[in-house]
Formats: sequence, structure tokens, C-alpha cells
Amino acid sequence: MTIGLNGFLIVSAIVFVLGLYCVLTRRNAIGILMGVELILNSANINYLAFARYGGGSYDGQIFALFVIMLAAAEAVIGLAIVLGIYQTFHTIDVEATETLRG
Amino acid sequence: MSLTIPDLLFLAIAAFTVVSAAGVAFSRNIVYSAFSLMGTFMAAAALYVFLAADFVAVVQVLIYVGGVLILILFAVMLTHRIADVRVSNRSVGRLPALGICFVVGAMMLTAVMRGGWHQGELQPAGPTTAEIGNLFLTHYLLPFELASVVLLAALIGAVFLSRKELKDS
Repeated sequence: MTIGLNGFLIVSAIVFVLGLYCVLTRRNAIGILMGVELILNSANINYLAFARYGGGSYDGQIFALFVIMLAAAEAVIGLAIVLGIYQTFHTIDVEATETLRG
Repeated sequence: MSLTIPDLLFLAIAAFTVVSAAGVAFSRNIVYSAFSLMGTFMAAAALYVFLAADFVAVVQVLIYVGGVLILILFAVMLTHRIADVRVSNRSVGRLPALGICFVVGAMMLTAVMRGGWHQGELQPAGPTTAEIGNLFLTHYLLPFELASVVLLAALIGAVFLSRKELKDS
């Protein structure tokens, strides 16, 4: 038995599903951000797996680096917004902060 | 069926990835979730090493474990009554979410299994940094420069959003 492309794709799919579950069920804004990070990581595993097994090009690795960069920017902005919400509402439960609901 | 040492290593790392990701998703305490997230990031970096992507693995450890995770821990510490487990990481709507996740996961696994992915020859394992640097400064120059603008905007935006309002009265 040798590990192939499928092994990495399966791991990535499981991590994606766990991240999706995290995003869907958490009511804590930071918990939701953690789920988003899991989903981005699973996408990265896919990019690198296809880069390795797809034959010789480095494009997948470049895209993974861009994803990491955007994830860092997203985390910074998201957590700044979370802190702003906490200063205003004194909670970061996303169900308590619905003053923007129409 | 014989397992070689790389196979065993891959299985161990994959199991660790999945278990720690499950810890992120199911833990009752948000601090435990954050530390499980560190396990997931490290295991993902190990998977990247398996995929012969040394530079991306190092960047993953530097940026995710060294940056994003510290930020998340800071945010947790700044916003929580840590001892209070019930407040700290509530989950609602488990059953519908489980249904959605099951359907999505089944679809993805089916796609993986029946995909019949084209597999070219393996990328040669070796140092990738020089090649990535060349590509960044030639073929991907415009996205690379745009990325620096995005990071600058994120920096300024985060400072602007999270500062205390100065009331001049």
C-alpha cells in the first residue's frame, strides 16, 4: 500500500466537514473564525496535493501561499471586528448582536 | 498488504489532523478549541512536508502558529470569562448541522473516490524556495504586489477598528 493522492484528499475532506460543522453550530464569533481557518487549511492541503501529484508545476504551492496570506489578513480583520463588537455589546455571541437585522 | 514506514507516518499524521480538527469543532471550552487548532496547524504543516512543499510548511508554521493562533488566543483572553464553560463556547442546531455536514461530506468523498484524477509524474522532491521566488517575481508579479497592498489595508483597518475611540471634549 502506498499513500496516493486520495489519502490527502480524504483527510482534506474530513477537515473541511469539521470546519463546516464548526461554522454552522458555533454561536461564538471566535469559534466561527476557527472553523473558517479549518476550511482554509483543508483547501491548502488540496492545493499542495494536486501540485505534488499533478506533475511538476509549482502553481499549487503559489496558490497555497496566497491562501495563507489572505487567511492571515482575514483573521486580523475578523478579530478586530470581534473586539469592536465586544466593546459595544459586551458579548461576542452572534445571536445577541443582531441590531443590523432588517 | 504491507505498511512501510512512510505509510505509517502518514496515517499517524492524518489521524492527528482529524482528531485535533474534531477537537476544534466539538470542544466545550473555547481555550481547548484554540489549542486543538494549534495541533491541526502543526499536523497540516507535517502533511505539507509529506507533499514535498518545504517552503509552504515553514510559512504555515510561521504565520498560522506564530501569528494567527496567537491573535486568536489574544482575542479569546480579551473577550471571555474563561472559567465559564457554558458561556464560552455554546453550540446550537447540532442536528441540522450534522445532516448538512453528512451530505456535504458524502458528496466530497464520492467525488474523491470516483474522480479518476489525472496523476502526472511526481514533482521531484527537493528545495522549492528558489523556484517559488522566481515565479513570484515573474509570472505572479501582479498578484504578489496586490498581496502587499491587501496586507497594508488589513493592517490599517485592524488598527482603525480595534483602537479605543478618543473622545475630545
